[in-house]
Parts: sequence; structure tokens; C-alpha cells
Amino acid sequence: MILEIRNLSASVEDKQILKDVNLKIGGGEIHALMGPNGAGKSTLGNVLIGHPDYKITGGQIILDGKDITYATPEERARAGLFLAFQSPVAVEGVRISTFLRIAYSHLHPDEKIVISEFNKRIKEAMKTVGLDESFISRSVNDGFSGGERKRFEILQMLILKPKMIVLDEIDSGLDVDALRMVAEQLKRYFSRDVGYLIITHYQRILKDIEPQFVHVLVNGTIAMNGDKSLSDKIEENGYDWLKEVA
Amino acid sequence: MESTYVNKDEEIDRLINDLKSNGALDYGFHDNINPVYSTGKGLSRQVVEEISEIKKEPDWMRRIRLHAYEIFMSKPVPTWGPDLSGIDWENMTYYSSPDEVKATNWDEVPKEIKDTFEKLGVPEMERKYLAGSIAQYDSEGIYNSLKKEWEDKGVVFMDLDSALKRYPDLVKEYFAKAVPPSDNKFAALNVAVWSGGAFLYVPRGVHVDMPLQTYFRINGEATGQFEHTIVVADEGSSVHYLEGCTAPVYSKDSLHAAIVEYYVMKNAHGRYTSVQNWSKSVYNMPTKRAWVEENGNMEWVGGSLGSKITMIYPSSYLRGRNATTSNLNIALAESGTVKDTGAKAIHMAPNTSSKIIAKSVSLGDGKSIYRGLVRINKDAVNAKSHVQCDALLINDESVSYTMPHDEIYEPTANFTHEATVGKIGTEELTYLRSRGLSEDEASSLIVLGFLDDVMKEIPMEFAVEMNRLVKLEMSKMGAVG
Repeated sequence: MILEIRNLSASVEDKQILKDVNLKIGGGEIHALMGPNGAGKSTLGNVLIGHPDYKITGGQIILDGKDITYATPEERARAGLFLAFQSPVAVEGVRISTFLRIAYSHLHPDEKIVISEFNKRIKEAMKTVGLDESFISRSVNDGFSGGERKRFEILQMLILKPKMIVLDEIDSGLDVDALRMVAEQLKRYFSRDVGYLIITHYQRILKDIEPQFVHVLVNGTIAMNGDKSLSDKIEENGYDWLKEVA
Repeated sequence: MESTYVNKDEEIDRLINDLKSNGALDYGFHDNINPVYSTGKGLSRQVVEEISEIKKEPDWMRRIRLHAYEIFMSKPVPTWGPDLSGIDWENMTYYSSPDEVKATNWDEVPKEIKDTFEKLGVPEMERKYLAGSIAQYDSEGIYNSLKKEWEDKGVVFMDLDSALKRYPDLVKEYFAKAVPPSDNKFAALNVAVWSGGAFLYVPRGVHVDMPLQTYFRINGEATGQFEHTIVVADEGSSVHYLEGCTAPVYSKDSLHAAIVEYYVMKNAHGRYTSVQNWSKSVYNMPTKRAWVEENGNMEWVGGSLGSKITMIYPSSYLRGRNATTSNLNIALAESGTVKDTGAKAIHMAPNTSSKIIAKSVSLGDGKSIYRGLVRINKDAVNAKSHVQCDALLINDESVSYTMPHDEIYEPTANFTHEATVGKIGTEELTYLRSRGLSEDEASSLIVLGFLDDVMKEIPMEFAVEMNRLVKLEMSKMGAVG
């Protein structure tokens, strides 16, 4: 699966945030998108999933040759795209088991779901990501701590089995152990068919899951592309030097 | 506990799929049945006399009817709530009997009527979930059944007309006591022209562990249904009584003005659940009231889904020490409809407590109003009351008002009130959609999630119905904005 972002520009409330962003992520590739606060990193995540508050003002998003620039969020999800949200919202009264079952039936329409087996799978995945089994009967993110929400995002990835995964600040609000778990699950899930775009401000998660490609977003534009050494350089020197380059 | 909820969700999904594969239910159909007896259009003293005569009832009942008729005529149509000027009093049929049958076996019910109740799933529910069942078609209860086990324990469950013949003294003791005809215009109308409804008596100490149900169906156009129901939970007993209602869609409006009188004696536990899904050509104006004696507990659970205008405020009169009540109500105001609903709790004794939870969802230009009364009388020492009203608006045109009315005369009373109004949020919708759910599914789930704490309290088959309706409404609306 290949995700291509071509000359993408986007605005929020008439404010231009992204300008001519270009990225290409293939299966078996791990990309990191770094950048200072306010560079437009989270905007990119929201634009990629089709959040209605974000307006695309130019360019294209192509997923496996298919233009999804103006597709609905559900069409993108059904095409294999997954966004782990930076701040997942709580949805009161919507039980996780029901939610995941409906989601799965759309993402894998040819598979027949046996409810008891599916729930067992969810419970096992809960153990894997460090959530108690009892979460299965709780409402989506309702009353979850920040860390639990992040764990639940990873759980959804494991259950729903998407191919192109955008992780928006998955490392924020996680303690060291949780971060290690997340990185470990990402590595385990990774394959030749799976592509990652890890959006992060800090370099710390990249120590556990090493990207082949690093891109730096400054002022809504990709200021620099490179390999892992670029992220090391950022850790050493911060972002300021890039602003001058850009 | 938790796993029960998961199973309930699954069960609901499964039942809905069953319904879909059997062809989605549509309650709007009607049967071409000519009534065997009808009083014709309009209401007069003579019509009231005629109804009493057909029913060959005792003279005291005839006199109560005529007295109520006078009250009805003297009271103006209430104007403090929704616009009721559309009720066409002159062209309404006040009594319409489909058949003279009083069956105790579905095979004895005339085929077309039986088919209707089959379509509504009534006999199946009876087999699966119920201790007893009554089916009412227009004005008359045409089917009664009570499982032998309960009959042997002295439980009485039959339509009120039959009960009046068999247990006249028992009926007389309770009829129009908790809800007298002077209460309001619609209650007066009911007492004047009542027909059908249930009489349920549970003897001392008997715990009926399966619900008993009456299903009300209006078939005729511009027909009034005025059933009168009496439930008596005698000392130390417990019982759960259910009601379901539907009607066809017509261009001329029908009127449903029922009375429910619920008597919860000392140490008894009464529960009442109703889901009304009248078509949008029905004015739904029932009066429902419980008298709760010492240590008694009364639970009201209600879902108002259909109808053109519904005005309903189930009331608990907490008459004895330590009497308690809870009232859970869901109102779904679809486009073009008004739900003026709420609850009343009257604290008349010390240590009484009440809890009212009202949730409303307004769709399209639907209007939902919470109207409630909590009164804590002087000397109702340490009485407690909590009221919570939550409204969810789906469109920009949707409307919700909260009109609580509180009268607290006792200084030691503890009274709290919370109210919230929300809209379906873009963030929640986007989150669910980003996992592949369609917009309809996402908004249905959010609405059902909002109703979840009440849904847990209602019987499975009603939850299924509620669930189905919300999904249907959401898909009809298409884009939510």
C-alpha cells in the first residue's frame, strides 16, 4: 500500500496551515514527521483522515492509486487508512465491543464475525496493550486517562488491521513503560504491507522504533527530508536551525 | 454486570438483524375491519349512556361516567402546553368495538386481528417473556391470558371490562381514586368513555417475576382509545407491568387518553414500563399516577417515541414513610412532533425519596419539553429528591426546553436539579467515522449512547424497538448537521 501526498495545502477556519506538502509512504516503510509546535503536524493527521473542520485548498491525497482527497473519513478507513488520534475523544454510552464490531464489519466485509470469538480477540489485545479486560464493556474512551486512550488507539490498530497508519503524537502523555509497549507493538505489527507515518515532536519514540525516513515540517511546509540521522541532529540542536534553512 | 451489558448489546443487534431479514417492521399498516359496534362520530351524554349500556355495567359506573362527562364538558382544553387546537372533538369516534370476542387463546382471535398482533410480535413476546398478556384493539380488549402458575397464586390479570364483571367490588375500590375525573380534561374524558385497559391485582406477598403486558393497537381512523388501567400491588408483593402501543398512519388524527392508576401498598414494589410508538396522527394524552404507601417503591420507565403530540407526566404520590420512587423517561421528538413530557413526585411523608431522570432527543424540527413537578410537603421530614434532565439536539432547528417546577415546603428536605443540553459533536462523529462507521451509524450510536443509562433499564424487546427507531430516524435524516 502506498500513500502519496502531493502538493497538499489545507486551512482551518480560513487560516492557511499546510502549504504544498509532499510525502510518499510505501508498504514496509517507517516515516517520521517531526517539527516544532504549531508547524502543522496535527493538521496533517486530521486532513489525512478527512476531518470536516479542515479544508483542503490544493493538492491531492492518493492511497494505492485512488484519489481520496475529498473522500469521507469512513471511505478512507475502509480503504485501509488509520489515524491514531493525538487526543481521542470520549463517546459516552458507545460500548467498545459494539463499536469495534461495527468498524470491523466495514473494514473486512468479507469476514464473518462470530461475536464471542471477536470479543475474545479484543480481550486478548487489551492484555497486550496493558488495558484491563473489563474495558471491553466500557464506553469508548469514557473516563479513560490520557495513557489509556493512547493504549486504546493501539488496540484499535491491532484489531482493525489497517495498512497505512498515521500515528499523531502517540508518544505524548505516555510513561516510559507505556512508550516501550507501544513501540514494541508497532514493531510487531509492522510488515511489508504496512506503512507508518509517525508524527512526533520528540525523538524519544524513534529510539525504540527506527524510521528509515525523517521529514521535518516547519511553518506548514516540509523543510527537510533525511534519514534517521536527521532526527538525531534535531535532538541535539532543536528546530531553530531549520527555521533558518526553511 | 459488565458482561450483561455486552450481551444485551449483542442481543439487540442480533434481534434487529432478525427483524431486517424478516422484512423491517412497519407499524403504519392498517386492517380493513369494520367495527361490529360504534357510537359514531361525536360525544354526547347519550353516547356515554350508550357505552355503559353496551357494557351492561353496574349503575354506579354509569353514574361515575355521567359525572365525569359533565366535568369534561366544563373544563377548557388546556392551553399551557402544546397547541391542542387540532383535536377534532366532533369528528372523533369515542367507542369502536372490533368484535365481541374475548379470547384466551390466540386461535380464537379473528384472523385479521390475530395477523396484526403477530406482525407486531405480541404472541411471540408472550411466549418468551411474559407471565400474562392482554391485547386491545381500538376500544376493546380482545385477548387475555395469564399463566396458570400466577392464577393459582391469586393474581388477577384481565381487561378492565371483564374485571368489572367478575370482581366489581375490587374494581370499585380502586377505580378513579388515584386519578379522579376532576384531575384534568383528558382524565375526565377517560372516565366518561373508558373502555378496555387492564386490571392487575397481585395479592399480598406474591412476587411475580415475569412481566405482564398489555399491547394497545388503534386501527380506526379518527378513533379515540380510552383505556383505563388499574394495577394493585398488595402489601409486600412485587410486579412489573408493561405497555406497548402502535397505530396506523392516517390523515385524520386519533386521540389516546388513557388512565393508569397504580397502587403500591406497604412494602410492595411496583414497576411500570411503557413504550409508545403511536403514528404521527395520534394525540397522546394519558394520565398516569401511582400511590405509594409506607416502604413502598414505584419505578416508572417510559419511552415516548411516536405520536403527533404527547403530554405525559407519570406521577408518584409518596404517601407513606420511606416510600420511594424513580422515574426514567426517554422522549424522542421526531420532525413535526412535540414531546411535552416529564414526571411528578409529591412527597407527603417523612423520609420519602424520588429520583427523576429525563432524557430527550430532538430530531429535525422536533420539539421536546421537560415539564416536571417536585413537591415536598411541610413535615415530609428528610425527604430527598433528585431531578436530572439531559437533552440532545440533532439539528439546528431542533428545540428543547426544560420547565421544572419545584415546591419545597419542608426545610429538612434535600432537593437537587441538574440539566444539560448537548449537540452531536463533530469530534465524536469524526472519531467513529475514522474507524469505518457511516455517518448514520455513528450518529445512531451516539444517540443510543446518550440514552444508554435508561436503555439498560428497559426490557430487551423495547430496547430493540428503541434502537431500531433511532437508527431508522437517523438514516431517514441522511446528513446530520
